[in-house]
Amino acid sequence: MTAFVVIVVLTPREWISAFLGYAAILAVALAFARVPPRRVARGLAIEVPFVLFAVLLPFVGHGPDNWLGLSIPGMWAAWNILVKATLGVVAATLLASTTLPVDILAGLQALRIPSAFVAILTFFVRYVDVVADQYQRMRVAQRSRGFTASSPRSWPVLAHGLGALFVRSFERGERVHLALVSRGYEGQLPVPESSGAAWPAVVLPAAAAVIAMVHALW
Amino acid sequence: MVIDLDGVGHTYPDGTVALRNVTLSVAKGERVALLGPNGAGKTTLALHLNGVLPAQEGVVRVAGELLGPQTVRQVRRQVGLVFQDPDDQLFMPTVGQDVAFGPMNFKLDDVAGRVQRALRAVGMQAAVDRPPHHLSFGQRRRVAIATVLSMDPQILVLDEPTSNLDPASRRELADILTAVDVTMLMVTHDLLFAWQLCPRSVVLADGTVQYDGPTRALLADPDLLRRFRLELPFGVSLAP
Repeated sequence: MTAFVVIVVLTPREWISAFLGYAAILAVALAFARVPPRRVARGLAIEVPFVLFAVLLPFVGHGPDNWLGLSIPGMWAAWNILVKATLGVVAATLLASTTLPVDILAGLQALRIPSAFVAILTFFVRYVDVVADQYQRMRVAQRSRGFTASSPRSWPVLAHGLGALFVRSFERGERVHLALVSRGYEGQLPVPESSGAAWPAVVLPAAAAVIAMVHALW
Repeated sequence: MVIDLDGVGHTYPDGTVALRNVTLSVAKGERVALLGPNGAGKTTLALHLNGVLPAQEGVVRVAGELLGPQTVRQVRRQVGLVFQDPDDQLFMPTVGQDVAFGPMNFKLDDVAGRVQRALRAVGMQAAVDRPPHHLSFGQRRRVAIATVLSMDPQILVLDEPTSNLDPASRRELADILTAVDVTMLMVTHDLLFAWQLCPRSVVLADGTVQYDGPTRALLADPDLLRRFRLELPFGVSLAP
């Protein structure tokens, strides 16, 4: 998926038909993977600050203006930011929707990300739901005894809850470490095997590369 | 003897004496229940059996090896320690990866076959690609046992294996543990489970062995039970 984004970013902004081609293969992939449009829209929300910045460029840019008085270089710059950011965000949403966390971990290991970092992420993937469940149970227990977080006066209760959660997680970390060393752990997690399910990571960059090459040769 | 403890003592850094002069031998194939009130030192003793806690006093021998820095890795390969909370035991993203963790660390052969056999032994082969968080508590407990069965250990050490299990899961666990052919030491408060699985019981209280004998005889002696703060469920009593 990184390869797809790199190809998109390296494509000259004037190659409009190439960008249309990238958008078309992304749309086909999204439809094939049955990613709900709402999820794509949620992913695009992260782009909003860049959109605001890009919208300003035609008004503040220098150079020749068009008949509306908008700067033509500014419009190209805005187009460049918008199209590349949008394609990048949609591709990332597709990756997140079609790739299991275990495959992302395997990918990070293959990219030679430091093993301590991969180990921390592995444990995060495993325990985020466990800690979230603990937090939910704590909230139910708080509400069951009449607590509602409605004013700053409730902040100490929330802070104590988060503190308790931290202490419990720390203690769990110690117990997990005992379980790790009991089964021969010596500081290195075994390399996780990819499930091989992340097809967009292969198909998308290949299709994008073909489009870019066809456009360059045309 | 597969397990041999001689004069083992352990004091925690805060000064709490957890074990004092514990001497205990377990023969190959025996199933022994380790009983006692909370804080008696049962879990501390279990952690000595695979060298997670080194003996400060006395010696520990496992499968003929004197436990020490040179042998601790070999001993851990032979002792499958199953912790009380399966969420502590299952730390990898999928069931299959977790069951493969021990064999991969010890560089054992046929990891895939070991994973398959261990999961089949606990009836969880269909869960191999599932994240542990998506399993029920009873299923996670069974997978936790598979994580050590995959190493083909000589000794299985279980810490409170029936805690938080519903009656059906408890029965299924008993069936699984009866079927596996290993020496077993089971830390438990569940006296009826101990009676069902373990002909021999050891009672630890105040860090020392206070009783070592037949489980049935212990459970039929109300005076002994009272002395060690052990209780059968309401309405249950055994004829002497």
